[in-house]
Amino acid sequence: MAKVSPADSNFTNNAYADRVLDGSPVQTLILGVGNLLMSDEGVGVHVIQRLVADYQLPEEVQVLDGGTLGMDLLYYLEGTENLLLIDAVQASKEPGTLVRLEGEDVPAFMSIKISPHQLGVPDMLAAAHLMDVYPQRIVLWGVQPELMEIGLDLSPTVEVKVDTIIENILDQLQAWGHTLTPQEMPV
Amino acid sequence: MRAVEDALGVTIPNNARILRNILEGIQYVQDHVIHFYHLHALDWVDVVSALDADPAGTSELAQSISDWPKSSTTYFQGVKDRLAAYVNSGQLGPFGNAYWGHPAYKLPPEANLMAVAHYLEALDWQRDVIRAHALLGSKNPHLQTYLAGGMATPIDPTSQAAINADTIAMLKDLFGRAKTFVDKVYLPDVLAVAPFYLEWAGIGGGDGNFLSYGDFPEADGTQWLPSGYIIGKDLSKVYPVDQNEITEHVSHSWYEYDDESKGLHPYDGETRPKYTGPEPPYNYLNVEDKYTWMKAPRVGKNPMEVGPLARMLVAYASGHKRVVETVDFVLGALSKAAGASIGAEALFSTLGRTAARCIETVVTAEKLNGWVDELAASIASGDYEIHANEMWDPNNWPAEAKCWGFTEAPRGSLGHWIHIKDQKIENYQAIVPSTWNCSPRDSLNQPGPYEAALVGTPIADEKMPLEVLRTIHSFDPCMACGVHLLDVDGNEINQISLDAADHFSNPLLRMRGKSNITESGPACGCS
Repeated sequence: MAKVSPADSNFTNNAYADRVLDGSPVQTLILGVGNLLMSDEGVGVHVIQRLVADYQLPEEVQVLDGGTLGMDLLYYLEGTENLLLIDAVQASKEPGTLVRLEGEDVPAFMSIKISPHQLGVPDMLAAAHLMDVYPQRIVLWGVQPELMEIGLDLSPTVEVKVDTIIENILDQLQAWGHTLTPQEMPV
Repeated sequence: MRAVEDALGVTIPNNARILRNILEGIQYVQDHVIHFYHLHALDWVDVVSALDADPAGTSELAQSISDWPKSSTTYFQGVKDRLAAYVNSGQLGPFGNAYWGHPAYKLPPEANLMAVAHYLEALDWQRDVIRAHALLGSKNPHLQTYLAGGMATPIDPTSQAAINADTIAMLKDLFGRAKTFVDKVYLPDVLAVAPFYLEWAGIGGGDGNFLSYGDFPEADGTQWLPSGYIIGKDLSKVYPVDQNEITEHVSHSWYEYDDESKGLHPYDGETRPKYTGPEPPYNYLNVEDKYTWMKAPRVGKNPMEVGPLARMLVAYASGHKRVVETVDFVLGALSKAAGASIGAEALFSTLGRTAARCIETVVTAEKLNGWVDELAASIASGDYEIHANEMWDPNNWPAEAKCWGFTEAPRGSLGHWIHIKDQKIENYQAIVPSTWNCSPRDSLNQPGPYEAALVGTPIADEKMPLEVLRTIHSFDPCMACGVHLLDVDGNEINQISLDAADHFSNPLLRMRGKSNITESGPACGCS
């Protein structure tokens, strides 16, 4: 059963982490990252919450709320064959524009930063290269944000894109050989 | 939490005191190692240069400074191969986002390769070590066990879901491994890298005022790391901390007070934002006017540096035995490498800040299992109490209470001031470590520690101010953890520019782009 872990949960207290520690294969990891307190910045987390609410995921597909963690997400890549990353992205496009990147087009680099708290997904993926845990396949679905201020809700511009992103996730999972079924609605 | 405990007059149980020391101690160790390898080392280590290293030479170097087992030629060859594969994978472009090849990098390729290997080992190490937080606090970061009056982690030797003998054994094992890495990798690396950068023992010092609230309360009521402050680099005198002397100024900050010619004590503190700075694209910042979201905290009239260097200097000047021994050991090792006597005055510098963080890690890592033993002895004596709950019910609270709580967070002195009235919060103010260090000028126009430390910094290439980053990073700034927008255009996200128009004769550090969102403050609370 797939689970959404708390944003910054440690590996000893959730089922997903136990599998990682056991070395059980996690074929596909859907990683939603972002800050839920900063409106569109948190779109990755909003999307995976919706995904888990609406669909039953097969055992080999895991969903992780990466919150604003950077390097700490590295450990969840061990044994992951396919990584599907959902995040807000700066693509210099109109707000709400969806962006799909694949493989080495997904940024993986060590960047200049002021604080260790700025270690982000690109740093994590660079380290994944160096530690031999870089996934075999990686796809990023990103959204150009409109609103980056304190707030729990997505902007309307981004909110209307969530269904499309979920459709894209389903297509990607299907391409990777996974089948999802809608959650049964409560009577 | 301590502010509320102080306000309500709660004394936490002995077990909670020990548990807090353990969690804070391992936080120091983990935080400092990660700061060094994953942020600060890249200021001194040229990753791309490691591709020119002879792995046999790296092996020889590593074995000459430590008996850490991962030191064979084969091992370093493997690291080099992986680095080469990554750099050659077509992702070299993004490496341009750092300052690789900068003339201020001085390490030979073999040392650079060793540092890259340890950068990667530190990633594995921290995963292991921080399990202590998961074990005792459910998760990391943002532990879930702290609460006013004590801790929420139950102690029960007969339960698998509580602190028991297994927990104690696991902690001792984890902390033993933490200490081994610190002693055999972190400390030797700092001692091996520092001799190449000894000029940095004379750069980045600042005004030399240092503050520590002291922390890690012991059973006898003393603090393991002492409180006090030092003025003007004078280690012969440690002044006692009186929180009544603390004020915050906003004369150069984007807030408003009725009278901005003086500071306000946090009990009377106000946070009324009023932005008067430039509009995008932020080409110019007038530092004669208001120029930051940071307030300017002061002790009396004095700006204060906080953090590991401040704690180690206050402890050193107070005669703390293990700190004195470890500081003298490090100064001795550097003197030997330099072939000249290096005294405590070298600590007032960028290099001193980096060395002090390592020294603090060494003494903390060796202290941890002492606290675990203390906890084990307390449990063995039949004491399972972990929370004092007599004030949990607000009906037991006084009608009005004002108090402060303090700690020494990894980055430095952290104080919270609370005013409770009619069971509600009347006022709450916090002064976090990075506010002390990053403080702007005050109403007397005195600069804060960052600004003072940057005066006189040599810059080889003003387009790539690596030297500025060295000093700023040596403070371990806390910022921007709340936003991680992914830039898919491969653009620079943090832009560091030197402002020649700054009248203050020191480079002005500023960041553009997404980092402006740090105005909202950090999300992690560690500051």
